[in-house]
Amino acid sequence: MSAILPPAERLWWKHPLDRVEGTWIVISLIWCLIMFAMMVGWHVYGRQNLSTETYKTTPDLFTKKTQAMVDKYTVRTETDQKIPVVAPPPGSDVYLIARLWAFWPILELEKDKTYRLHLTAMDYNHGFSLQPANINIQVVPGYEHVVTVTPNKAGTYSIVCNEFCGINHHTMVSRLYVK
Amino acid sequence: MNATTYRTCPRSGLQFESQAEKLMMVNAVTAVVALLVGGILAIGVVLTRWPAVHWLAADTFYMVLTAHGIDMLIFWIIFFEVAVLYFCSSTLLRCRLATPKFAWLAFALMLIGAVTNNVAVFQGGSSVMMTSYVPMMAAPAFYLGLILFAVGALIACFVFFGTLVIARRDRTYQGSVPLVTFGAITAAIIAVFTITSGAIILIPTFLMSVGVIQSVDALVYRTIWWAFGHSSQQINVAAHISIWYAVAAIAFGAKPMSERVSRGAFLLYILFLQLASAHHLLADPGLSTSWKVVNTSYFMYFAVLASMIHGLTIPGAIEVAQRQKGFNNGLFEWLRKAPWDNPVFSGMFIALIGFGFLGGISGVMMGTEQLNMIIHNTVYVPGHFHATVVIGTTLSFMALTYFLIPVLFRREMINPGLAKWQPYLFGLSMYAFVLVMMGAGTLGVSRRHWDMAFSGSAMAYEWPGAAYLLMGLVGISGIAAIAGGAIYIYITVGSLLWGRRLDEGARSPKFTPIPRTAPTLAAQTYGSAGFAAPGTFALAMVFLVSFVLYYFINWKYLSQVWGLS
Repeated sequence: MSAILPPAERLWWKHPLDRVEGTWIVISLIWCLIMFAMMVGWHVYGRQNLSTETYKTTPDLFTKKTQAMVDKYTVRTETDQKIPVVAPPPGSDVYLIARLWAFWPILELEKDKTYRLHLTAMDYNHGFSLQPANINIQVVPGYEHVVTVTPNKAGTYSIVCNEFCGINHHTMVSRLYVK
Repeated sequence: MNATTYRTCPRSGLQFESQAEKLMMVNAVTAVVALLVGGILAIGVVLTRWPAVHWLAADTFYMVLTAHGIDMLIFWIIFFEVAVLYFCSSTLLRCRLATPKFAWLAFALMLIGAVTNNVAVFQGGSSVMMTSYVPMMAAPAFYLGLILFAVGALIACFVFFGTLVIARRDRTYQGSVPLVTFGAITAAIIAVFTITSGAIILIPTFLMSVGVIQSVDALVYRTIWWAFGHSSQQINVAAHISIWYAVAAIAFGAKPMSERVSRGAFLLYILFLQLASAHHLLADPGLSTSWKVVNTSYFMYFAVLASMIHGLTIPGAIEVAQRQKGFNNGLFEWLRKAPWDNPVFSGMFIALIGFGFLGGISGVMMGTEQLNMIIHNTVYVPGHFHATVVIGTTLSFMALTYFLIPVLFRREMINPGLAKWQPYLFGLSMYAFVLVMMGAGTLGVSRRHWDMAFSGSAMAYEWPGAAYLLMGLVGISGIAAIAGGAIYIYITVGSLLWGRRLDEGARSPKFTPIPRTAPTLAAQTYGSAGFAAPGTFALAMVFLVSFVLYYFINWKYLSQVWGLS
């Protein structure tokens, strides 16, 4: 009898269980349940859980909201393209547009303060990859994803697009300041 | 009814029906051609991602990467799997293949589809990556090629199911089908689900590309596409695990430790494995937390449980067989005295260890809802799936090929000395490749990215030096692995062209049924502490400890990033 021949016992589900296998199945099952509990438990006790708050949106609608924030809270501009740097007050709604091939505007946040970060893509799928913290979120066109973020370290961060979005994908990178 | 003949292979005792045999050959050979194309493209991918070389221009790189993904993940693997399905039905059950004309139609559709898709990609307007996320559009021929291929593959699955019916009706075997066939049935059931999902989403996308419908929702596309994209990798898991059981049986005469346990584990695959499409959607908006948690964990990690069971029972079966042969000293004599110079065995074993330790552990880590945020869309992801699909599936297929060259193709293998080394070169350089890739991913380096220096951008991010070093090592180990792949293709194609012809064995117009397997008396004279396979159990504990440590290290890492809620 081997794995490439029919089993000798016609009723294979009555085939006895070896002690090695029985022990391992019990250990594995316990480990699987621990991992499941860990994932559920982190929603209760952990501080890093991705929000699922999502709204349908359109490029026009989202641009309007972003523009309102930019008009109100811009503190300076950066680079040749004069990208506004926006410092909205803690606790407020902040908007970030991902489009071919840039993020707009540049955000300036305060350490240990909480913000509602709204993300959407204007055209294709993009990626929000915050470096060097290494937080990665998918940005999908047509959907406004509201993520509550609390920066825990001051510094200059980069936002890298890590979803392929065409020929200039590699130039799609921006900054984010935490004071 | 059909005028067909059955050949009994004098080297293996397997019986090949002539139609099935021809179909296995053409599907396997086409698969190897796809592997060759994908392998050549891999040179372009790794030499561009190696920062010091940075070979191809951006547009060429994205085109080459698209073609590499599709040729390897879809065409190489599924053509080979069709050959495996026919082998596991017609050959292992010693019956004729059902509806050979439909099987040829399936092959023709798959071939036309594969060529159409490749032509579309190489024309340059379809560099959309394998995933082709809408609203980024490829040429209509891109989707049409995939749809034709999928229809062909679906027909091949039904030919497989039909063949099982014929074996049952003609009573070519008694009792239950062999375990390996059982595993192939698992693969085929998952394949039907997978291919149907692919059709559900690719048909509207094709209609969108020709202007018949206005738009396909980006998030709906991602959700359904991944029911195809990830589940197709689950076909591979079921298929290559079946091959591991087959190799254990062929190389050692090993019998499954317990038919009930192994088959039960395959049943868990059928029930839970496809839920894994959620793995790609954990960082997405719009899907609820409970949906993500339930799906990403295969309900409650039941498919992980199944894989951990297979990971024990296959080496366990080998250990039992070896101990019965007298290699009974200590914990590991059975393993030391294994035929390490037989590429059928060494390839399979390197695949098994790499799949478990590298692919399995990393897969569960990244499939954890919260932990996914620290690796989503980084090169950690291709690092993981090269461990599963290249080390796991591709290396297993290579190992099986070394068995099939004399048995199915009736040729003596050319250059057996080189073949002996091939699994080590290919497998171990892939081990290095995936480890450095996962390392770079842990540092955040993006996947599918032409230039980690962000040339032309005003706000370039400076990756840490270690990221550059690791991506350089990706290039070096990648080239070593490609060399290993080239040796496989040289040996396979060379043996088919120039290998000495071997005796094909007696042909008969009628099948010979499989004789009833004699029950074995289980008088256990080996092992220790009531454990039939103590060495395997020790290895399994090493695996578990690595798994637990790595899992919690990543939680520690996650706990230090920004608060998110």
